[in-house]
Amino acid sequence: MEPFVISVMIAATPFLFAAMGELVAERSGVLNLGLEGMMLMGAVTAFGVAFTTGSTVLAVAAGALAGAAMALLFAVLAISLMANQAATGLALTIFGVGASGLIGQGFIGQPLPPPVKLAIPGLSDGTMAGRILLGHDALVYLALAMAVAVAWFLARSRAGLALRAVGDSADSAHALGLNVTATRYAATLFGGAMAGVGGAYLSLAYTPMWGENMTAGRGWIALALVVFATWRPGRLVAGAYLFAAITQAQFYGQGAGLGVPQQVLAMAPYLATIVALVIISRDRALTRANAPACLGRPFRADR
Amino acid sequence: MILLEPRPAPSRLFSLASPLIAIALTLMASAALMAAMGRDPLAALSVYFVSPFQDAYGRAELVVKAIPLALIGAGLAVCFRANVWNIGAAGQFTLGALAAGGLALALPNAAGPLWLVPYLLAGCLGGMVWAAIPALLRTRFNANEILVSLMLTYVAGLLLDLLVRGPWRSPLSFGFPQTRDFADAFALPVLVAGTRLHLGLVLAVLACVGLWLMMTRTLKGFEVRVVGAAPRAAGFAGFSEARTVWFAMLLSGGLAGLAGAVEVSATIGKIQPDIGAGYGFTAIIVAFLGRLNPLGAALGALVLAVSYIGGENAQILLKLPKNVTGVFQGMLLFFLLACDTLIRWRLRLRRAGEA
Amino acid sequence: MTATPLLEARRLTKRFGAFTAVDGVSLAIAPGERHALLGENGAGKSTLVKMLYGVLQPTSGALFWNGEPARIASPAAARARGVGMVFQHFSVFEALSVAENVALALPPEPIRALSARIAQVSQAYGLAIDPARAMHTLSVGEKQRVEIIRCLLQSPRLLIMDEPTSVLTPQEAEALFQVLTRVAAQGCAILYISHRLDEVRALCDAATILRRGKVVERCDPRASSARELAEKMVGESIGWVARGDAARPGPVRLGLHGLSLPAPDPFGVSLNDISLAVRGGEVVGVAGVAGEGQSELFAALSGEAPVPQAAMVAIDGAPVGDKGITARRRLGAAFAPEERNGHAAVGDMTLPENILLSHHAAEGLARGGWINAVAARGWSDRVRAAFDVRADGPAPPARALSGGNLQKFVIGREVLREPGVLVVNQPTWGVDAGAAAAIRRALIALARRGAAVLVISQDLDEIFEIADRIAVLHHGRLSQAADASAMTPERVGLLMGGAHPEAA
Repeated sequence: MEPFVISVMIAATPFLFAAMGELVAERSGVLNLGLEGMMLMGAVTAFGVAFTTGSTVLAVAAGALAGAAMALLFAVLAISLMANQAATGLALTIFGVGASGLIGQGFIGQPLPPPVKLAIPGLSDGTMAGRILLGHDALVYLALAMAVAVAWFLARSRAGLALRAVGDSADSAHALGLNVTATRYAATLFGGAMAGVGGAYLSLAYTPMWGENMTAGRGWIALALVVFATWRPGRLVAGAYLFAAITQAQFYGQGAGLGVPQQVLAMAPYLATIVALVIISRDRALTRANAPACLGRPFRADR
Repeated sequence: MILLEPRPAPSRLFSLASPLIAIALTLMASAALMAAMGRDPLAALSVYFVSPFQDAYGRAELVVKAIPLALIGAGLAVCFRANVWNIGAAGQFTLGALAAGGLALALPNAAGPLWLVPYLLAGCLGGMVWAAIPALLRTRFNANEILVSLMLTYVAGLLLDLLVRGPWRSPLSFGFPQTRDFADAFALPVLVAGTRLHLGLVLAVLACVGLWLMMTRTLKGFEVRVVGAAPRAAGFAGFSEARTVWFAMLLSGGLAGLAGAVEVSATIGKIQPDIGAGYGFTAIIVAFLGRLNPLGAALGALVLAVSYIGGENAQILLKLPKNVTGVFQGMLLFFLLACDTLIRWRLRLRRAGEA
Repeated sequence: MTATPLLEARRLTKRFGAFTAVDGVSLAIAPGERHALLGENGAGKSTLVKMLYGVLQPTSGALFWNGEPARIASPAAARARGVGMVFQHFSVFEALSVAENVALALPPEPIRALSARIAQVSQAYGLAIDPARAMHTLSVGEKQRVEIIRCLLQSPRLLIMDEPTSVLTPQEAEALFQVLTRVAAQGCAILYISHRLDEVRALCDAATILRRGKVVERCDPRASSARELAEKMVGESIGWVARGDAARPGPVRLGLHGLSLPAPDPFGVSLNDISLAVRGGEVVGVAGVAGEGQSELFAALSGEAPVPQAAMVAIDGAPVGDKGITARRRLGAAFAPEERNGHAAVGDMTLPENILLSHHAAEGLARGGWINAVAARGWSDRVRAAFDVRADGPAPPARALSGGNLQKFVIGREVLREPGVLVVNQPTWGVDAGAAAAIRRALIALARRGAAVLVISQDLDEIFEIADRIAVLHHGRLSQAADASAMTPERVGLLMGGAHPEAA
């Protein structure tokens, strides 16, 4: 049980980063389907930097920058040039898969030292609770801290209020003098940076290795998580852990010798995502009440 | 400062020019990429974009590559026009290949030309069944079809893997996962001797032309366009959004499944873990390049076929990694989306002092 | 004017591409003045005022505040100078609370302190509102109060109101005037945009009249009659719409029997036990402020929303509640919804294609599934000729037409089918006076030819101009339809506000 819980906390971290970043972007009205591409670019960049410099901090920062750079590309197209947001997000993913594969050519199969884990003598390895709560690497805690920060930001801060307003009615926000474009750029870049960090965690800590397409759909699942959480940070944390549990269960299922083929177990997270989407989406009133009213719609200011 | 101003009517000039400008920009960016990778840009671009045309066999190969892209792309063009975002064509392709392949594997001793018909139909049906799932979940439960169809793509890939390594595995494969070869009855006839150009071409042409006629001349096509452009106007016209979602998904899924069956029969004659399902994603670019027009998709398919064949040639001749093709294709879509802006908006320079 | 004007515009011009919305307008507002800005739809009032508030930048011309040249670069800059604006289309955020909505227009301040200030201002001016309520639960009149409070909290020196009473009942409008009088008494100037002449004459002491983007007159509205002001606004005699006498009423052609329909989502309005009979030869008007169930009623009548029992809606006696819009059209009914962009017409499609939207089944334009493009084009040409629809070229996209022309096309498309029943929602919203008159004449003429015409409208003046009988929609319930001659605006206003009338 204990190793399962620990592995769940680790597995949840990339979901948490990517999905929370996307939640912020979506609350401002921007639908960025390019999460998969941004995560992969973050993963390959972080791996490359960690491999060449040995510094985890630099690697994570590089991953965040790579994600943000990809998001900038998206923002220019979808916000400034008002291109179709769904198509632009797809372009980002296709490009990200290809570019990350290209950059990562030289790193396939190369090993990396495992991440440094928090180790408080006596606490971290003494009790089960200690091991579960206090034995992780820094990014796991950072993810949770970030989640709390985002929740506070949206609910209590003035900037968060402005962001929510932009997602609710960009025209009204503009009429009141809020800078819609700047807000959406900032939210999108933040989303990209978080996706990049999520991807970085995969290649630095989850499996300290680079492999092509290593996100295996996590970016898409993170998108579904935002819907499943009805755009609320608290629910998103719960959802991330739930999905991580389902993802990890397949490994434990294999080990448990249930006689189910490995591929069927591997389907679990994807099928679970579909089920979760259906459960939430079927309540149309719930979606209408919580989805940012301007989600996915380009904004143009009258000048 | 450069400003965007709306045009009173979409620019026809840019509708046609935008893909060409996008291609040109992609070529320039690719040249820069080649240079950054330490290759002579002109030589590399020539291998990528000129070498596929150099001999008759090469040109036939281009068409062979374009066939599945055109089949899927034409279906997606219609689907996207309806504002139904079927991103899971790759999964539908896989299910089509599995359904048709399953039929072929079940009948190792089949003989005679008529077997192609049930084979291809099975492919269509396989794709349609897989596309029916997101259609159902969107119309009944309002679940986003992008995410559902994508999740199903991953599931389809795992299913393929399971079957090829498990119950369908050929006893003769010596450790390499693949099925037995299909009987000749399931091989698509070759149209031009000495090449691999096969009957799938006829299907692709029929699909592109037929869908174009449908979209421009029939009430069904009008219905698809109205539902995609303005759902409330569709209600006003008495068109059912749900019915259109089903139609779009089943059509594009069926064509993707057909492409899967065609491709597997024409190029490998059996099932193995890599059957070219990636075409399902590239076809998205094909559809956009073709302006979401089934005839345009045929042209777009040829353009992307060039990037594929060129990429294969470059891998052999220049030792360039195959990922470069993916990068080109992504860049092409980016440039296309950027250029498309100019169809509805025009650039205006704001002079200093003018507000 | 001897005193320095508070706000002065000199030769202000705004061009959008080739279109000049405001052309060399000069305007001066004295401190504490109640200044009206008059003009019909499309005269340029909203554009002018957006420049005064910093939402738009002028193409040329100058602004002066207190005699000093000023550049108002943004709404925040305008607010900093003491200009407040209440837009015609509210800038509200439905998902946020009242306090949060107000906070966004002000410099950062703790929510609790702000809520206290909101409560204080609302008391002082008689604008009752609860700061904690979610915006989407408020009525239109309440939302406007929030907008006004938002302005008042900044101690403005100039308050701009853009068509404020277009969404209010007559009684609510009266309450608004009292608020505005109190505001003016505190020394704040008011710039009041309207096309409602009686209001302007009651409230304002100065007026500037715009026509087609230019100033045509400056006067004291109290010294002119409404008719004089109207003629200056429009500049030509438009030909008043003559209702004439209702023909001997024919058989009931459109019947609503106890129509009840639950709202499809939390933001909608449920319809409750609506009964109405519209006879051939008459025009029945359904009045009501925005958001009382007009769209829901229209959808139930058109068939876009199915109703629980087939007998609830009947066309020429046949129950159609379970039938879709195409079946109803085949029975000779026609419909024109409120929203011409995206509902009645598809902006990117050509006019002939837009004909197909309502004609593909009932007018045989798509036999066997193949579109008869020639016939569609023929229809489009006929509608354009009959209704004087101005457009460039034979098949322009619908979005290239002006609001008035597109509306004439949309209504004309249905009227030319000579339907037995026509249901129209907001026939002349946002349409210039000439086109509005043409549309209203067409509706009356259709009725006099024997059709049953039902007009849902939020414009009381329009209802009184064309309806033979009037009913009022409030919170999804319909009052008894009464003869127009027995109704007065005050009585209708009471019904619009929910008061129950004495026995008819």
